[in-house]
Amino acid sequence: MQSEFVLEMKGISKEYFGNPVLKDVSIRVRPGEIMALVGENGAGKSTLMNILFGMPTIHSTNGFKGEIRIDGETVQISSPLDAMRHGIGMVHQEFMLIDDYEIAENVKLNRENLKKGILRKLFGDKAGVLDRRAMKEETAATLDEVGLNIDAATHTGSLPVGYKQFIEIARELDKNNVRLIVLDEPTAVLTEKEAEKFLQCVQEVTKKGISFIFITHRLNEVKNYANHMAILRDGSLVGEYDTQDVSVRKISELMIGRSVDISQLEEERKLSEEIILELKDFSVDMPGEFLKNASVQIHKGEIFGFAGLAGHGKAAVANGIMGLYPSSGEVILNGEPLNASDTLATLSKSVAFVSEDRRGVGLLLDESIEINVVISALRVKNQFLKKIAGIRFYDKKAGRKYAEKMIQEFDIRCTGASQHTRSLSGGNQQKVCIARAMTLKPEVLLVSEPTRGIDVGAKKRILDALTEMNQSTGAAIIITSSELAELRSICDRIAIVTEGGITGILKPSDEDYRYGLLMSGVSEEEGGCV
Amino acid sequence: MMYVKSMKLKNRQHRWLGMSQIIMIVFLLGLLLLSSILHMDTSTLISDSIIRIGMQAVFVLAMLPTIQSGIGLNFGLPLGILCGLLGGLITVENNMTGLGGLFAAILISLPLAVGVGILYGWVLNHMRGSEMMVGNYLNFSIISLMCIGWMVLPFTNKNIIWAMGSGVRSTITLESNYEHILDNLFCIKIAGITIPTGTLLAIAVLCVFMFLFLRSKLGVMMRCSGENAVFGASLGINNNSMRILSTVLSTVLGAVGIIIYSQSYGFYQLYTAPQMMAYPAIAAILIGGATTRRADIGNVILGVILYQSLLTIALPITSELLDNSSLSEILRTIISNGIILYALTKMVGRKV
Repeated sequence: MQSEFVLEMKGISKEYFGNPVLKDVSIRVRPGEIMALVGENGAGKSTLMNILFGMPTIHSTNGFKGEIRIDGETVQISSPLDAMRHGIGMVHQEFMLIDDYEIAENVKLNRENLKKGILRKLFGDKAGVLDRRAMKEETAATLDEVGLNIDAATHTGSLPVGYKQFIEIARELDKNNVRLIVLDEPTAVLTEKEAEKFLQCVQEVTKKGISFIFITHRLNEVKNYANHMAILRDGSLVGEYDTQDVSVRKISELMIGRSVDISQLEEERKLSEEIILELKDFSVDMPGEFLKNASVQIHKGEIFGFAGLAGHGKAAVANGIMGLYPSSGEVILNGEPLNASDTLATLSKSVAFVSEDRRGVGLLLDESIEINVVISALRVKNQFLKKIAGIRFYDKKAGRKYAEKMIQEFDIRCTGASQHTRSLSGGNQQKVCIARAMTLKPEVLLVSEPTRGIDVGAKKRILDALTEMNQSTGAAIIITSSELAELRSICDRIAIVTEGGITGILKPSDEDYRYGLLMSGVSEEEGGCV
Repeated sequence: MMYVKSMKLKNRQHRWLGMSQIIMIVFLLGLLLLSSILHMDTSTLISDSIIRIGMQAVFVLAMLPTIQSGIGLNFGLPLGILCGLLGGLITVENNMTGLGGLFAAILISLPLAVGVGILYGWVLNHMRGSEMMVGNYLNFSIISLMCIGWMVLPFTNKNIIWAMGSGVRSTITLESNYEHILDNLFCIKIAGITIPTGTLLAIAVLCVFMFLFLRSKLGVMMRCSGENAVFGASLGINNNSMRILSTVLSTVLGAVGIIIYSQSYGFYQLYTAPQMMAYPAIAAILIGGATTRRADIGNVILGVILYQSLLTIALPITSELLDNSSLSEILRTIISNGIILYALTKMVGRKV
C-alpha cells in the first residue's frame, strides 16, 4: 500500500475571520525529494504549514477546508502531537534549542533514553534515570549522518550559528518514524558557505527516503537543491514545477506577478537634480531588521520607496535616520551632515517620521486625538503654545481648533477631538499619525508601512494625502512598505532591500521578475535576464 | 451600531469622577447623617476631617508627578519627608519662629530635596520596571540609615536633643516655633466647624502650581514621555531626564508636605515615624480614581477628601456602634493597604 506521495494536501482553503488566506491549494511531496515552497511574505506559506502541523491557531479559528493524506491515507491532524505521530518534523527558523544543554540532551529532549530501574517500574517513566551513554551514542550516530563531526557532549550555546541548524535537523532525524521534515527558512541565518553545506547535508539525507518541504526566499537555493517546487501568491497556488523545467526569472515573475497594469502608471516625472537626502554606508543596528552599508541618493520632491521582505532591513532605514536605533555611516540632508542620533535636531531640520509600529511608537493611545496631532509641532516648532510670564503653556484652544480642522481634512471618524486614539480604528489611527507628521511641514517625510492593516477606503485616502502633499509642497516622501504593488503605484523610484543591503533601485515600470530577483537575493546577471 | 460602540469605548476612558467615587461620596454623606442621628458631635468630626485633609494633601499631590512620568506611585516619598524634617530641625535648632521659621524650613529643605530627588530618579532609571518595589526598599533602608543619622547629627539645642547624652529626640514639639501657624492663619469658624484657611490656601497654591506645570510645555512633554517612552524618543524627549524631573518634584513636595503636616500636628516625628507615611497618600490618590499609570489634580483633591474624611468620620461611628475602640486602627490598616493592593492588581502593561 505504498503510495506515490508521502504527503498530499488537497484543496486546502482557510479563512481568518472572513479573510481568505488560502484558496484551494494542493501540494504533493514524493518520498525522498526536496519540495520547495516559495512565495512573498503573506502568501500563505506559514498558514499552510500551520495546517499541516495542526497548530491551535488554525483550530481556534474554525479549522480549514480540504484534506491531508499521508502515504495515501486521509488523516486528521488536530495537534502538533498528531503531526509528530505521523512522522512530520519541523526545523524552525529561530532555533528551538536550549543553550545550556549538551547537544545530546537537546537532540533527545523529551525522548530521553532511560535506564531500567526500580523507581521507573514503580512510578513510571517520569521517575526513570537517564541513560546518558546511550543518548550520547545515538546522538553521535545521528550527527554523523548529517556530517557534523562534533562531540555530542558539547554545550549547545557555545556552537557557532551555522552548527545549530544541523543540530535542529539531527533532532528531527533522530526521531524513529520521521519521513517528512519542514525546513522553515533554514538558511536565512546562515552564511552562503554554511547554507551550501547545510543543503548538501539535506540532500544526503533524502537518499534515506526522507522528504523535505523547504521554505525559502533564496531562489538560487531552490534552483540548485530542490527537485520540485510550488509557488504561492496571495493564498493561491500559482505554479507547480520540476525545478529543472523552470528558470529563476520565471519563478520570481510568478511570485511577484501582482500584474500591475504598467499602462495605468502615471508618466515618469522629471525629477529635480537636487539631492535632498543622501545615505552613505549607512548601517543600522535594529533587532530583526539589520541594515548594512546602504548608500542611496534621494532627490528633492521625489517619492521614493523602500521595498523588501520582512526582516531584511527595509524598516531600519527610517528608524535609523530618526535615531530610534543606533546607526553608523553618513546621512546628508541638503548638503549638510545630519547627526542621526540627535532626534530633536533631525526633526527641527524638517524631517518627519511616521512609524510602522503605529500602536507602539506612533501614538499616545491614552491621549486625545488633539494632543496626538499637535504634539510634534509643539515639541519641535513651539507651535500651539502661549507664553504667560515667560513660561510656555499649551494653548488648548489653538490645539483643539487645529485638531478639528485635521479631523475634517483627513476624514478621521471619531466622536470628537477629545476621543482617545486607542478607541479609533487602525485606518483612523494612521490618519492621526500622518496628520501629526504633516503638521511639521516637513521637507522630508519618512513613512513606514502607511497602509498596513487598514481598510481599503482609508488606504486610498492616506495614499492620496501623501501624493497631494508631495505635489503641493514639493516635500520628498520616503515610503517603506511591504506592499510592492502600492509602492509601484505612487513611487518615482523603488529601492529593494534584501538581507540588509540595497540590492537595486528600480522604476515602477520595470518588469515584475526584476523585482522578484532582487528580493530573492539573486543579482540580475545571475538570474540570466540581462 | 458603530456609534454605540464608540460611545462605549469613550466611557471607558479615564474620568476622575467614576462610579466608585460617586458611591463613596454618597456613603460619606450617609455617615454624616448617621453621626447626627447618633447624637455625635458632627461639627467636630467635620473639623477633624478638614484638618487631616490639610495635613495629608501635599503628600497626595506628590504622587502626581511620578505617575505622570511613568514611574508609578512614589513609594519612596519618605525620602522627601526626611529632607523636610532635616530642614525643619535646622530651623528649630536655630530657634526660628513664626511664618518666617516655616518658610526657612521649606527653603533649607528645598536644595536637599532636589539633590535627593536627582539621586532617587537616577536609581529608579537603573531599575526600570520595578520602580515601586525599589522605592519601597529605598524608603525602608534610608529610614533605618537616618535612625543612625538622627543620633549622630550635631544638633545642640536642648529642645531637640535627648535630655541625657547626644542625638535627636523622637518627637520635637513646635509649640514655641510654628505650631498651627498656617492652620491659624485667617482661621474661620462657622457653625462649630474650624477651617484651617492658611493650610488650605497653601495647598491650593501648590495645586495651582502643579496644574500649571502639567500644562506647560515641559509638563506636556513629561506626560507624553511617561505614557509612551518610545513615542517620546521619536520626538527627541529624553525619558530618563523626564523621570528624574518627576522624582525631584515629588521629593520636593514630600519635603514641603512634612513641614505643613508638622505645623498642623504640632510635632516633628523622627526615626521610624515617616516610614509608613507614603501609604495613606497612595491609598488616597487611588481612591480618587487614579491608576498607577494615569492621574490628574482632580484625583488628588477628590482622593484626599474622600479617604481622610471617610477614615475620620467612619471610624468613630464604628467604635460608637460596635463599642470597640481598637477596631478603628485595624480597619484603617485594612482599608488603606487593601486599596493599594487592589490598585496594584489592576496594573496593566506588565503581563509576562
